[in-house]
Amino acid sequence: MVQFSLNGAPVALDVPPEASLLQALRGPAGLSGPRFGCGTERCGSCMVLLDGVPSCACTLAAESCAGRAVVTVEGLGTREAPHPLQAAFLAEQAGQCGYCLSGILVSAAALLARDPAPAEEAIRAALDPHLCRCGSHNRIIRAVQRAARAMPAPSDSHGPAATGTGDVNRMAGS
Amino acid sequence: MSGPSAAPAPQLADPLTGRTTPPSGFGAAMPPVDGKPRLPGSLHLNRRLSQWLSFHADGRVTITPGKVELGQGILTTLSQIAADELDVDLRRVTARAASTPDSPDEAVTSGSLSTQDSGGALRHACAAARAIFTEVVAQRTGVPLASITIEDGLFHGPAGPIGSYWELADQALLECEATPDARPKPPGARRIAGTSVARIDLPDKVFGAARYVHDLRLPGMLQARMVRPPARRAVLTALRDGPLPGDARVVRDGSVLAVLATTEWDAEAAAARVAARAAWEAQDTLPEQALLADWLRAAAARGERSDILREGEAGAVARTLRRSFFRPYLAHASVAPSCAVARWEGDTVTVWTHSQGTYNLRADLAKALRCPPEKVVVRHMEGAGCYGHNGADDVALDAALAARAVPGIPVRMLWSRAEELGWSPFSPAMLVDVEADLDAAGNVAAWRSHIISNGHSSRPGRATEPTLLSASMLAEPFAVKPSINPPMAAGGGAPRNGVPLYRFPARQVETTRLLEMPVRTSALRGLGASINVWSIESLMDEAAALAGTDPLEYRLRHLDDPRAVAVLARVAAVSNWRERPKREGWGMGLGFARYKNSGAWAAVVAEVEARERVLCRRLWIAGDVGEVVNPDGVANQFEGGAIHGASVALLEEVRFDRRRVTSDSWEEFPILRFSEVPKVAVDIIARPDQPFLGAGEASMAPTIAAIAGGIHEALGVRPRALPFTPDNLAEATA
Repeated sequence: MVQFSLNGAPVALDVPPEASLLQALRGPAGLSGPRFGCGTERCGSCMVLLDGVPSCACTLAAESCAGRAVVTVEGLGTREAPHPLQAAFLAEQAGQCGYCLSGILVSAAALLARDPAPAEEAIRAALDPHLCRCGSHNRIIRAVQRAARAMPAPSDSHGPAATGTGDVNRMAGS
Repeated sequence: MSGPSAAPAPQLADPLTGRTTPPSGFGAAMPPVDGKPRLPGSLHLNRRLSQWLSFHADGRVTITPGKVELGQGILTTLSQIAADELDVDLRRVTARAASTPDSPDEAVTSGSLSTQDSGGALRHACAAARAIFTEVVAQRTGVPLASITIEDGLFHGPAGPIGSYWELADQALLECEATPDARPKPPGARRIAGTSVARIDLPDKVFGAARYVHDLRLPGMLQARMVRPPARRAVLTALRDGPLPGDARVVRDGSVLAVLATTEWDAEAAAARVAARAAWEAQDTLPEQALLADWLRAAAARGERSDILREGEAGAVARTLRRSFFRPYLAHASVAPSCAVARWEGDTVTVWTHSQGTYNLRADLAKALRCPPEKVVVRHMEGAGCYGHNGADDVALDAALAARAVPGIPVRMLWSRAEELGWSPFSPAMLVDVEADLDAAGNVAAWRSHIISNGHSSRPGRATEPTLLSASMLAEPFAVKPSINPPMAAGGGAPRNGVPLYRFPARQVETTRLLEMPVRTSALRGLGASINVWSIESLMDEAAALAGTDPLEYRLRHLDDPRAVAVLARVAAVSNWRERPKREGWGMGLGFARYKNSGAWAAVVAEVEARERVLCRRLWIAGDVGEVVNPDGVANQFEGGAIHGASVALLEEVRFDRRRVTSDSWEEFPILRFSEVPKVAVDIIARPDQPFLGAGEASMAPTIAAIAGGIHEALGVRPRALPFTPDNLAEATA
């Protein structure tokens, strides 16, 4: 049994030591947002925030998350109360198949928590661990810029993402 | 004879038997000559209106196209067309995912044909439905037809409301065949088609909803993984027994090996253990990668050579350019590994799949499972983006085979990243030899080309034997036949876009289809167009330089088609082509094509920067797709195709040793990432009164050609081999 905070609420999941966080989230936790893409931290489809830091859930042991805070795309916002990024991705129609978006959204949330007005190069760098095969990159970059403009000052932001200290250097090249 | 319409008759000669049979499984792209009155798109083959739409008493409309959502936004486009033609609010329209046996059979969602095939059918079917309902309302109320209007599904006469679709949501009204006399609205009357409405699928995707087949959870469902051989065509000779984690179990049929377990972690651990206990008989079956071009040429000597076009007479020839172009095998590289869920109940199997063609897949599943097609139900659910024939169909058979061991229990089969990149069908390696005769003025007097390739389609549903991966590995295996090329009337495969659109006095195009297939090949975005357009455009650039003419002016000098001229003029204007700056290490190039010579026009300008390797920084694209249903959707497709093209141009190459594909990870098969993706500006020329031409594939090949042109301007090198890596460029200089 591993216990941690999932999207702001405590959970206790019955998983063995060999289970990855991604398997735990998609299995017993019943989520769909974190997605399997490669299993080797090379595509970003499974990205979640672990104590605010973008982390690939595919290689992370679920057990190692005990006592920590995990935020998935489901934890950013809802249809009724979308995160500014989710609203911006819809406004920019930033996606095609959308399989990569769950991971990109959480990385972007960590970026905006760290840098409320990122330059384009900073957005590209923060999203570089993510693969998008449909070629929606430019729309995604515009959506992150739109969300940055729409977001209140960092201290007023809602959601666990805003409390994180997204460290893009840790992710780059990983 | 004139132009590409003079292509050979659409017959596929089986190279092994010599038998010629009419092609099937191509849907509206290759309709049979059946003597029936011609109806638009897929409606011709699926004529009953109730196959396409239904009304509900609660004020909703369901449309039921046979084309499927691949991430391209087709369900939004089709919903717009239906809402507009019916005069209902778009929010009332739901698009149901395709499934057998109820959906219309629209063959495969491919070829940039979905708006034509399915949109054309739905527009006509909805116009017919609207007319039927209007007539019934007129009869019931006595209000003359001409004075009835429809507003959001409500019928109005001069005195007020007189009925609605919802009150008459009687399916029997649509239980009839469409006739050619339905009259869709004129272009000027459209209100929803032609506008950038938001995609209906995107909210699910930004909120992490369970929308993909990967997310399907059925009660009692088991997780399955495949255990692949260490080499292509290897045979499983022994499997040691041993303990497995949890409740995991092995399923085997010949050399098809899978594991099942309740949890994903047990399934993956079991797959690893079983792989270690399997003994395979393997041998070298693949060519030497370093000598792939030589192998293609040698295999071509044993291949099936045919004429695509032979017309005209060259005048006096001052000079001849002879060039060869090479392209490696390419992978689809979908961002999710393929997945399917299957469940057997008695002798019937239901398969949930992200296949591009539900009926075509059903046909091959039935063959491989040796059961009647009626015993196979195929239901579409979305997968990750699909750019052609990837592993989607193969994994559906794998799921069905694994599930056969546990009757009544649903089984979710998920491929690994290594399977997706290493075992999906690949787009074939190709060689194109070109000779261009130039006259004294430097214009092209004659064009001769020879296109060498494996066939570009091993899609299901088109051959007598199943083409699904595991079918050839069963205890009673099916033979693997070399891939075919779609007929030229359906756009062709290897020779797609091989016939230049330029006004050359003489044109001769031949192709050789290889009859040996060491690497399984099939359709990927554009098929042969990516190398054919590049080879044509490269020769145009080179001939222009010899004539001392700008590449744009040289192309215009060889073009009559006003829509071709229009996209070139537009892209030149938006990219400021004629005043482009000359900068050390930077270059701009131009690429142009009309996809399949019958689809959308696209002209691309690429700006490249040559550093230690070549980067593409910006792309400007002008397109003409005929009528545009969703302008932002078309722009999205053009952007995506262009970025895909840039990635192919700069990075992509399937690698292999003599036994297996080795580029089966993202490290070994890199694609463009955010830091290297070019900015893309798309400008679509509005043609509301022209037929739909499709958008998904038009921008890719001209982008590759434009990048090649930019490389020449930056480095003085004309690329001869994809991808345009430092090694390949160094070889072109030598």
